[in-house]
Amino acid sequence: MKRLRNISLSLLAVIAFTSLIEAAEIAPGERRSGASFMSVETQAMQNDATANPGMLGVLDGEVLWTRKPAAGRACADCHGDASSMRGVAVRYPAFDDKLNRPVDLEQRVNLCRVDHQQLPPLADESRDLLALTALIGRQSQGMPIETGADSRLQAFIDKGRDAFMRRQGQLNLACTNCHDDNWDKRLAGSAITQAHPTGYPVYRLEWQGLGSLKRRLRNCMIGVRTQPYSADAPEMVELELYLMSRARGMASETPAVRP
Amino acid sequence: MVSRRRASTLLSASVATLLLTAPVRASELVPYAVIGDAIPLPLAGAVGDASAGRAIVVNRTYTCLLCHSGPFTEQRFQGDLAPSLAGTGSRWSEGQLRLRLVDASRLNAATIMPSYYRADGLQRVGDAWLGKPILSAQQIEDVVAYLTTLQNPS
Repeated sequence: MKRLRNISLSLLAVIAFTSLIEAAEIAPGERRSGASFMSVETQAMQNDATANPGMLGVLDGEVLWTRKPAAGRACADCHGDASSMRGVAVRYPAFDDKLNRPVDLEQRVNLCRVDHQQLPPLADESRDLLALTALIGRQSQGMPIETGADSRLQAFIDKGRDAFMRRQGQLNLACTNCHDDNWDKRLAGSAITQAHPTGYPVYRLEWQGLGSLKRRLRNCMIGVRTQPYSADAPEMVELELYLMSRARGMASETPAVRP
Repeated sequence: MVSRRRASTLLSASVATLLLTAPVRASELVPYAVIGDAIPLPLAGAVGDASAGRAIVVNRTYTCLLCHSGPFTEQRFQGDLAPSLAGTGSRWSEGQLRLRLVDASRLNAATIMPSYYRADGLQRVGDAWLGKPILSAQQIEDVVAYLTTLQNPS
C-alpha cells in the first residue's frame, strides 16, 4: 500500500514537472535584457548619457515637466522635482483604484493631464508623451522592475500571458514561439531576444527615434500579420503588464537603445 | 511489438484518414487531396516555374529566409530557426514538399512553419491578409519546383 502511494506520488511529480516544461517560460536564472544581445558599440551608446539619443527625449521631458499650462498647474507644481518620480515607472502598468483596472505609464500621464491639469490627453506616440515617460522612466534607471507585485493585477497578468501564448495572425505564431522557445536564434539577421521590456520608451535605431512598448508590440503584431491592438485596448495593457511582470527583478534601463 | 515499418504504415493510414476528412477550406482556395504525408498532385493543376520559385524564396515579403538559410550567397540576412533549405529536394519528394508548404501543421501541430496555403482556422488575422493564403496556388507550385532542384546538401 505504502509502495503504491509512493508510485502515485512520483507519478504526480512527473505530471507536475511535465506541465512545467510545457509552460516553457524562461527560467529566472536565464533571463537576459535585450541589451545583452546588442553589439558592443550599441551597448556603449546606451550606457553613455552623452551619446544616448534617448536622453534628448529626457531633456525635452524636463522642459515639459515645469511648463505651466494656461489654466492649471505644471507637473512640477504638484510633484516637485522630477527626481521625486524615482521608483514610479518600475511599478507600471499599475492598478488604478478609480478605474478598477491597470493603466500603463502613458495612460497615467494622460489621466493626470485631464484630471489635474485641465489639459487634453497627449496623442499616442506623440513627442511630448514619449518625452514625459522617458523623463519619468529615467528616474528609476538601475532600479529593479517591480510590476505585478500588487495582487489585484494577477487576473490581468494572466490574460496577458494567455495572449502571449496564443497563436495569431496569418503566420499563425504566438509570441512564445519566438521569445520563449527561440530567443537564442536569429530571425533573418536580427537577434530574437527574450521579450523583457526593461528600457521603454527606447530609442530604436531602426525608428530613428523614441518609441513606446506599444509601438514595439504593434511591430511584432504586423510581423505575424495579426490585427494590432489599439493603444488603449485592454488587451494591450494586459500584454504590457505580463511582459513587465516577466521582467520583475531585472534592472530598468530607460531610456534604452535598441538596434 | 509492432514493427517500425508497420507502425509507420499505420500512422500514414491514420494521418491520411484524418486529413481526407478535414473540412472544406476557404472558398477561394482550390481543394487538394492529401495522401499519407504528401499532396501528390499540383495545386490547381499549375505548372511550377523554378526560377520564379527562387525569387519568392529569397523575397523577404514571403518570409522564407526569416527562418531558413540556404544556398543563396547573395542574401546577407538568413535565419537559423529552421533547417537549411540546401538539399531539400533530395530529402523530400515533390508531393511531400507541397504538403509541408501548404499546411505543415497537419504533420506537426507544434511547428512554427506557417501554413502557406490556408486561410481558415486562424485567429485575429490583420485586415490586409484576412481570407488570403500567404502564397497563391501558382506560387506554391513555383516554390515546390524550385525546392526540388536543391539536391546538393550544402
